[in-house]
Amino acid sequence: MAEGLDKAREEFFSEAQELVEALSRNLLSLDASLKSGVEDPSVINEAFRAVHTLKGLAGLFAAKRVSTMSHRLEDVLDGLRLGRLALTPEVLDLLFRAVELYNVALSAERVRSDEPLPQIDTLLDEFGRVGKNPSAATNPLARFELDPAMLAVLTEYEEHRLRTCVEQGLLLYRVRVDFALATIDKSLEDIKLRAKEHGEVITYLPTGASTSIDSIELDLLLASSAGVEVLEASIGGDQVQIYPIPVKERVSVLQRETAPPPRNMSLPELSSERREPMPSDHSVEVQGGQGAAALRAIAQTVRVDIRKLDALMNVVGELAIVKNALGRMAEKIRAEGSRQLGSELHSIQRSFDRRLGEMQSGILEVRMVPLGQVFDRLARVVRQIGREMGKDIRLVITGAETEIDKLIVEELSDPLMHIVRNAIDHGIELPDDRKRVGKPLAGTIALNAFQKGNHVVIEVEDDGRGIDEKALVARAVVLGKVHPEEVDGLARAEILNLVFLPGLSTRDEASDYSGRGVGMDVVKTNIGKLGGVIDVQSETDIGTKITITLPVTLAIVSALLVRIEGRVFAMPLTSVAEAITFDEQAIRVVDGREVMTLRGVTLPICRLGRLFGLAPLPGAVPPKRRYVVVATLGPRRLGFAVDDLEGQQDIVIKPLGKSLSRVRGFSGATELGDQRVALVLDPTALIEEMLSAAEVTNRERRVGLG
Amino acid sequence: MTKILVVEDSFSMRSFVRSALETGESELGEVDIVEASGGFEALRLLPRGPYDLVITDINMPDINGLELIQFIRSNEHHRATPILLISTQASERDRERGLSLGANGYVAKPFTPEDLRSKVKAELARAKTRTGGNG
Repeated sequence: MAEGLDKAREEFFSEAQELVEALSRNLLSLDASLKSGVEDPSVINEAFRAVHTLKGLAGLFAAKRVSTMSHRLEDVLDGLRLGRLALTPEVLDLLFRAVELYNVALSAERVRSDEPLPQIDTLLDEFGRVGKNPSAATNPLARFELDPAMLAVLTEYEEHRLRTCVEQGLLLYRVRVDFALATIDKSLEDIKLRAKEHGEVITYLPTGASTSIDSIELDLLLASSAGVEVLEASIGGDQVQIYPIPVKERVSVLQRETAPPPRNMSLPELSSERREPMPSDHSVEVQGGQGAAALRAIAQTVRVDIRKLDALMNVVGELAIVKNALGRMAEKIRAEGSRQLGSELHSIQRSFDRRLGEMQSGILEVRMVPLGQVFDRLARVVRQIGREMGKDIRLVITGAETEIDKLIVEELSDPLMHIVRNAIDHGIELPDDRKRVGKPLAGTIALNAFQKGNHVVIEVEDDGRGIDEKALVARAVVLGKVHPEEVDGLARAEILNLVFLPGLSTRDEASDYSGRGVGMDVVKTNIGKLGGVIDVQSETDIGTKITITLPVTLAIVSALLVRIEGRVFAMPLTSVAEAITFDEQAIRVVDGREVMTLRGVTLPICRLGRLFGLAPLPGAVPPKRRYVVVATLGPRRLGFAVDDLEGQQDIVIKPLGKSLSRVRGFSGATELGDQRVALVLDPTALIEEMLSAAEVTNRERRVGLG
Repeated sequence: MTKILVVEDSFSMRSFVRSALETGESELGEVDIVEASGGFEALRLLPRGPYDLVITDINMPDINGLELIQFIRSNEHHRATPILLISTQASERDRERGLSLGANGYVAKPFTPEDLRSKVKAELARAKTRTGGNG
């Protein structure tokens, strides 16, 4: 049963991660409200709750450093939400630092490392220096004739919110609702949203006196500046009654003053529309024995380990093999036995195929997560770096709901982070410089995501100074990546693509942020590993746009099956540009390397048979006609000489065993469905291995010019 | 079979409680754990009882633990159900409220599986004496 606790521990880290991300999201909106002055008290409370929960969990799972941090953080957030502490940019900065440290501490706890983390103590000390402002000790609630029974069930926080609302001069209402259990989530969400437009819901108290066993009666305690008529019009209805909580006499005048005057002429219309009783068939349906259904519809979501989905996907892959075997059997029966029987089996096989396809897409769908997960993390980085570099940055996100495979999302975080850092560091100008060229002081970084067919496109666009093409070319020449004589012949796109070459940065020294020894070449390689491509566009003084195009999933890839010396290999189609007939006569040797010319451009050739040291199978007849498969990795191209093309197939890539995992050039193996197994080539790694970027550029140029 | 309703908005906490109680099956007898992720879900799950014990957190969004206690104590079908609070060291005031509203006991975070089991065992034993004495 210790297994159960281990599982709970795993879940703890997963929940802790979610809580830290929730904290971070809430801090970002606090930051926004500091700037706009519009405050939503529920945000601080949610931040508090996240840390509070985290503290409890960390204690349970003996994650000591997380627990210590949470303890102090909880105090600070509690002070903030109970009004004992003022929210200042300094406090917020400390909180943001805490988010970063949580990630460090959680990683350490996860691997049970007890390496000291002095940063935590430093942060805690700084939290200790944050001052406190004492709160007034009056009881503003005395003004209202509140039911003591209602006050008795408020948590400390809810009571604090109630006080604050009353201090702000809001009126209090008891909103009695009677909701069907079956639809309570929706009904509540609905009324919550509408009530929020007018004020704050302090609590939800079940009255225990429901009209039927399938429904629930609740009292919502609502604080609002609106008069009862306005509320009636907006949230009133058949199952909703609104009772103002009476104000004791002496202060009633004041209260009436704070309430806005009754609304104008448009009100009756609005109210008649909103007050329309719920359609009767709806309520009949709800009360007509839906109670049992309501009880069943409890857990709407389950959490699944992605490895389980991988296992399911493997089963699908194996079923595809069964399907192919069925197909061959059908053919055989048709040819050798009964035509009728063969056709029937064939049609069964087809319907099996369709269902299998549905199952496959169903599983893929489950693996999808919204890109918003990464974008939230980026938002934090933008804020932090912007602040530290003295640049005011506005982050605009669109398409956060775009979904992509969970595994891709995880691999995407670092490359995107790097691109965004680059944009802030090299792209966006300092406020003074922006002023000089007539741009708004705050720079804008736009993160856009959208789906395009089987791909997801992510754009990172900034309105900064653009890439300095001259500096880029000069640096490429200094580093020997471009020959001085070739400079004039470079097209704009080619110049911009130089940023993806190793060692290139438009500044002489890599700065603290974009630096870190990682360049855009690494970003490009990592995106390439995900089967994606990256592109850059830039205009001087207008901005830079980096576009990443990724496959929606990695679980299934379309592959081209090729034959080399009698063995079959699979090559993912994402990196295949085209396949052409191989002509031995067209091969030339330049600098000791085989190349051919394809439509006027030099293409280096890699003979896979030779590379892998494959000997022809005994008795094999040399092929009459051979092919070159052209693979691309950004601007780099390489032709793979193969003996034959076998066609295209969707494959599920399985990892090679541990002992083979270090072999370069293969990303895994796959079953082909006719009891054959094929190695899956990794064109990205092969291209990297075969050519360094410098060689390609130089050689291509030289040959092209000569 | 002992049926226990666990009301807690953190799923790993629910998981912890479940594994702690299920591990203790030898001392607690066979347990059937029903999980609710908040006050509303608890209200919906209550008719599935009767439960031998309700374990609830206090600070939850929407319907909080105190409101849940009051609801259970004023409901004719469930008023006798023992209630154990999950509380923190810090939230003394909320815990006191919970106890005064009719919770039978509390376990303070952080707790070990053994802490929880002994509290649960004690509550169940006490409840047994109560009903035994009445009927």
